[in-house]
Amino acid sequence: MPRKTITIALAGNPNSGKTTLFNNITGAHQKVGNWPGVTVEKKEGVVIRHGHDLKIIDLPGTYSLTPFSIEEIVARNFILEEHPDVVIDIIDASNLERSLYLATQLREIDCRVLFALNMADMAQSRGIRIDADKLSELLDVPVVFTIGNRNEGVDDLLKTAVDLAEKSFQISQGRRVKYSPDIETAILRLQEVLVRDYSTSIPCNPRWASIKLLENDQIVRNAIVSGTPTEAAVSLLDMEIQKQRHYIQARFDDDPEIIMTDERYGFIAGIVKEVVTTSTRHRVDISRNIDLVLTNRFLGFPIFIFFIWAMFQLTFSIGAYPMEWIESGVSWISTALDGLMAESLIKNLLLNGIVAGVGSVIVFLPNILILFFCISLFEDTGYMARAAFLMDKIMHLIGLHGKSFIPMLMGFGCNVPAIMSARTLESEKDRILTILITPFMSCSARLPIYIVLAGAFFGERAGTVIFAIYLIGILLSIGTGRVLRSTILKGLDAPFVMELPPYRIPMIKSVMIHMWDRSRQFLKKMGNIILVGSVVVWALSTFPSDIKYSRDYDLDIAGINARYEALFPSANPAMITALESNRDEEIDRLKMARHAERTEKSYMGRLGKLVEPVFLPIGIDWKGSVALISGFVAKEIVVSTMGILYVVKGDTDTEAMSAALRDSGMTALSALSLMFFVLIYLPCMATVVAIRRETGSIGWMMFSLIYSSTLAWAISFCIYQGGRFLGY
Amino acid sequence: MNATSPDLRLSQLREGQSARILRVGGSSVLRRRIFEMGIVKGAEITVEKYAPLRDPLEIVVKGYHLSLRVEEAAQIMVERVPQG
Repeated sequence: MPRKTITIALAGNPNSGKTTLFNNITGAHQKVGNWPGVTVEKKEGVVIRHGHDLKIIDLPGTYSLTPFSIEEIVARNFILEEHPDVVIDIIDASNLERSLYLATQLREIDCRVLFALNMADMAQSRGIRIDADKLSELLDVPVVFTIGNRNEGVDDLLKTAVDLAEKSFQISQGRRVKYSPDIETAILRLQEVLVRDYSTSIPCNPRWASIKLLENDQIVRNAIVSGTPTEAAVSLLDMEIQKQRHYIQARFDDDPEIIMTDERYGFIAGIVKEVVTTSTRHRVDISRNIDLVLTNRFLGFPIFIFFIWAMFQLTFSIGAYPMEWIESGVSWISTALDGLMAESLIKNLLLNGIVAGVGSVIVFLPNILILFFCISLFEDTGYMARAAFLMDKIMHLIGLHGKSFIPMLMGFGCNVPAIMSARTLESEKDRILTILITPFMSCSARLPIYIVLAGAFFGERAGTVIFAIYLIGILLSIGTGRVLRSTILKGLDAPFVMELPPYRIPMIKSVMIHMWDRSRQFLKKMGNIILVGSVVVWALSTFPSDIKYSRDYDLDIAGINARYEALFPSANPAMITALESNRDEEIDRLKMARHAERTEKSYMGRLGKLVEPVFLPIGIDWKGSVALISGFVAKEIVVSTMGILYVVKGDTDTEAMSAALRDSGMTALSALSLMFFVLIYLPCMATVVAIRRETGSIGWMMFSLIYSSTLAWAISFCIYQGGRFLGY
Repeated sequence: MNATSPDLRLSQLREGQSARILRVGGSSVLRRRIFEMGIVKGAEITVEKYAPLRDPLEIVVKGYHLSLRVEEAAQIMVERVPQG
């Protein structure tokens, strides 16, 4: 007998411990993707429990089910359209009152809902005791106690969910919110119209649809109207909605949605009074004590800056060790392949294209792992919200929300998830503005370029130079933000109503899953975009294979060999060694010259030459131009391209690269100009795709492309020409 | 002392002071957002602290902590309650 699949959706407020519960239930069996059409992260997992396949879906965390933010729309649509067998509403026991607001809305939808009363232990330590039986009875909903971070009650919860799914469904009318008589009358009136004219297109149930219409919910209104052919019926409905809204406005002197929110809280207050007993106000609020320090007037900012500094230190100094191991691993593979395979085009591709290209990028995996480890630590402890709290005033100066700080901070890791995290912003203008300025946050893929260039040309002061580049990136984003805010993206900011959740000890499992998710995105990029990019770059620089050299190198090498051969017989052993090393040096020099010539005459070289006139005024030669062009595929490729173009031996380590760069005639000034260009110019392909998806417009994407490239050129021009003028 | 002054705004409270919400003004989006987070008429609210740059401010309502901008808090009319 095949097992039945039961779909279970997890709903709940942000910070209710929903994700922890989800991680505990599904463990490593998670699939992370996106909700169709939008880029809100969708997590699901299948587990076998109690004789069934349980498909668990983690809905976005929301406070409500109004069509306020994309998260709320996604959560609501899933429940309405996909009809999960059971919805588990995770209720933070220490925030019962607000959690019940979402719960009452779930009850109104008439889905099969079950409450997980989470973290009751924490509530109890704060003197809050909840009578679960009473709550269950009052709302006619099963209630299960869980402690997510200790994995307690999870099995019980799933058992109850399975039982609930298998029970034949009965709509219990009793325990929903009862509004005041006037509102109930208005709901009834709308309900009549709906049942009469729109019986086929009512989402959910007529009562819920009427409530939403009364609240002026345009999504529900459009869904209902879309099923109706006649315009007369549509205007009839709109008229009826307006009439009922006016009726309530006149009675209560306020908008219906406000009155109804108020009444829901009134209903909730009644429930809370019956189920909660608060013991004497003996509570040690650890969070509050932590905040006395972390958001302190004097200490808040220094500590914040220290955390950010520590994060970068950790990422880059600790990350240097595994980086070395990977580097030697790659060069070991490269040597082994070199010895194993006979000379051929395939070997060339494998060695100089794939191993060299991917190898020079994979070394940054440790950096990325550590960076995302830190970021998820900030998120899971609750510090991220404090960072937004501290930064809001500054962000507000650019016309942005404190929450915009989060995508911008994430931008230092990778612009793609950063742009995706701009979803947390409610106002579309805030979102677009944040998305447009995020690429100026120098992502970790650009760092290797700085490390190589600054390392080669600025020696001791490399750290300062890199710091300055990051800083200028931040300043540019602020400037861009201000300019756009006062021109094309004029408008009011979204309200800054944000929860400061209690601090929590992060769970290793959650942090690991989080970190792994992000790193997997990076590895995936390695697997396809970067692999393809490296092969393309290799092909462009290897072909055409029949290059006409300016001289016959093989003949010259043979000549050198013959010349030294003639000297050997008359030399003593010590002289032979000296002669041999002289000979090898001469041959190496010739081979280098040949390599340089073949690169110059390859397709890649021709492409670089073609665009060189554009880059010369900013001090970048054709090799640099080629590296920059290839960087559009992914910024990581800039380094691997430079590796292929500048480095003669199969070596990809940083030392050899620095030496080759210095030998190539690049100066400190042109390196600086190149670094700034890399900071500002076109974001990588994946970021461009993310911008396109998140702004929902090709126009904004094009704007971002043109704006950043122009700005990059202008700034590099000023640096290079200014520097030359000053005599550098 | 339990005197109520009708024109007190939430943004006029100092750190540690408590008040009861009378009404909320401002745009419809702001009002709804505020209501949904539990800042409803009659709810008791305490100003926990102001951010280091004096904006936003942190409030405690129904046992949890929220942040609001000063300009938003200025839309919330309150009456002082005696401190316990």
